[in-house]
Amino acid sequence: MKFTALIERDLRLAYRRRGELATPVIFFVIVTALFPLALNPDPALLRTLAPGVIWVAALLAVLIGQDSLFKTDYEDGSLELMLLSPITLEWIVLLRVFTHWLVTGLPLVILSLLIALLLDYPMQAVGALILSLFLGTPILSFLGAVGASLTVGLRRGVMLLPILVLPLTVPVLIFGAAAAGRAAVGDPVAAPLYFLGAMLMLAITLAPFAIAAGLRISLES
Amino acid sequence: MDHEDQLSVDNLSIWRGERCLCRDLSFRVSSGEALQVQGHNGAGKTTLIRVLTGLGRADAGEVRWRGQTLRRCADEYRGSLAYLGHNNGVKLGLSPRENIAVASALLAVPITSNVDAVLEKVGLRTHADLPCGMLSMGQRRRTALARLLLANVRLWFLDEPLASLDVAGVTLLTGMLKTHLTGGGIVVFATHQTMDLAPCPVKTVMLETSA
Amino acid sequence: MFVWFHKLASPPFFYRFADKLAPWLGWMSLLVILAGLYGGLWLSPPDYQQGDGFRIIYVHVPSAWISMMAYMVMATAAAIGLIWRMKLAHAVSAAAAPLGASFTFLALVTGSLWGKPMWGTYWVWDARLTSELILLFLYLGYIALNHAFEDRRTGDRASAILAIVGAVNVPIIHFSVNWWNTLHQGPTVFFGPKAEMPPSMYIPLFIMMFGFMLFFAAFMLKRLQVEVLQRERNTAWVRDLVGQP
Repeated sequence: MKFTALIERDLRLAYRRRGELATPVIFFVIVTALFPLALNPDPALLRTLAPGVIWVAALLAVLIGQDSLFKTDYEDGSLELMLLSPITLEWIVLLRVFTHWLVTGLPLVILSLLIALLLDYPMQAVGALILSLFLGTPILSFLGAVGASLTVGLRRGVMLLPILVLPLTVPVLIFGAAAAGRAAVGDPVAAPLYFLGAMLMLAITLAPFAIAAGLRISLES
Repeated sequence: MDHEDQLSVDNLSIWRGERCLCRDLSFRVSSGEALQVQGHNGAGKTTLIRVLTGLGRADAGEVRWRGQTLRRCADEYRGSLAYLGHNNGVKLGLSPRENIAVASALLAVPITSNVDAVLEKVGLRTHADLPCGMLSMGQRRRTALARLLLANVRLWFLDEPLASLDVAGVTLLTGMLKTHLTGGGIVVFATHQTMDLAPCPVKTVMLETSA
Repeated sequence: MFVWFHKLASPPFFYRFADKLAPWLGWMSLLVILAGLYGGLWLSPPDYQQGDGFRIIYVHVPSAWISMMAYMVMATAAAIGLIWRMKLAHAVSAAAAPLGASFTFLALVTGSLWGKPMWGTYWVWDARLTSELILLFLYLGYIALNHAFEDRRTGDRASAILAIVGAVNVPIIHFSVNWWNTLHQGPTVFFGPKAEMPPSMYIPLFIMMFGFMLFFAAFMLKRLQVEVLQRERNTAWVRDLVGQP
């Protein structure tokens, strides 16, 4: 029951600040729309680039969204209460990351359908694209949350977070884009999707400890 | 009440950056006692209180609760303290009632039907369902005060609790503190204003600004 | 033995210990590296395919090796610093990072110089070079975070978390990059398995690796001395040392 109250809190706050939450999603759409303008609107070219473009844009959008994960809670003192709660911080963090993904990551996954259309990504492969994003974006959320927990007390944190986290996201990008890319040409996609699934499990089990430790350190001085 | 309810601090030293905020500080606060942390602006009152809650890190020395070091009884300790810092910990997007529900969840106490009674007590009954962003600073502070009444915790840590409270608010808080102390609770607070807690015993600890 | 280790962890004792040891290691590394270079550049025969171009491995391979070892040192020390709250361990991490980053950079530069005669271009997205590039990014992130905090100790502890998360990730990154590389059929394998190398080629390589290790250790001690001095600048022994009241 206490956990549902915490999820409810985040969802309610998200609903009341929905304009702010839309930012990463809008960013995602605009960035993908820049590629045809910068390169060449030739459908054949766009089709080969689509998996990579969608994945890079999704990666950046998720990471940019993670900056806000702990920021307001840090500024208004709510984060201190979470750290002082008798509930294990790792659980609270897991819930927070999950609800945050629900309101920022999931819309992005759904919207990638539209982007797939714009970039002429083959429609019969769209299932694999969605699945790769569905498995991959939560991993990015967790990695971003690690960065957010370490930079929450810093004024320059916004710039620092991507520098810290982007190198760590390389495997997600490789497997995610590979799944989407192979699906587009009709190759089997099981291997990269399995890898994504395995990494998601690893992220769910290990990341909360790193995030909780990061928050404790960020608040200790 | 339980005679073991005691917060003891031994040889505590805290450094922040280049500055030593306190060196070899020792004191005890027992059930029914209040401790006032005194010092100039920037002397480290907030830091000391944060170290006592377990949020901050000390460079030497130990804080013990019921005779056990904080590292050993961290979970139990967090279950027996309430903290009111500079920032209220109140979400402006939520109403006082919703904020209290969240606070109850974080304190791991059931959201009981006494939410209305608590709201009444802190004088927010009529504003219970407005978003806190629309309330005044004093009313937000009162929402934070409501947290202290939710759970029956022994230790209250209050950092500048009187900030932005009006006269009625000060009376309310003083009353709350006295009730808590006579009930066997412990209060550790820092304030620049005068706060009359008589007849409850108030100890003081002074933080000197040293080079 | 344990008592000695305990003593070593005390900053003033360590400082004097490092002061004595570092020059020895430094001169030894110079001798060993000179010996390795002589073996590598004069004694070993040219490669039957790559001619004399292959000789850059005598710098490239040891640098790449040290770059990974330094990350291990950094992450292990970070974990020790977090778990046992040892100040010196954090200093080790902070000292290892810039050194590791430099060796990573050296490995990248020598790798791309080697690539020019082999592939006709300075940069190829080969699996090893790509992994090395990501390692450089990891180092840069660590260094940036380490210096981002006003309180040095918070910076140490925060970047320690990042180092540990990075260390968990490094094998995954390495694996994913290899997988990606085979998927895209990029240029493969720098040089054949070691068994194909004659002893006159690989013995200098081992000597060079040993020399680089000594060099790393010597510079590590020197950097550590600086880190220790900075961290302890308010203590009596440092004031005595620099002759300040």
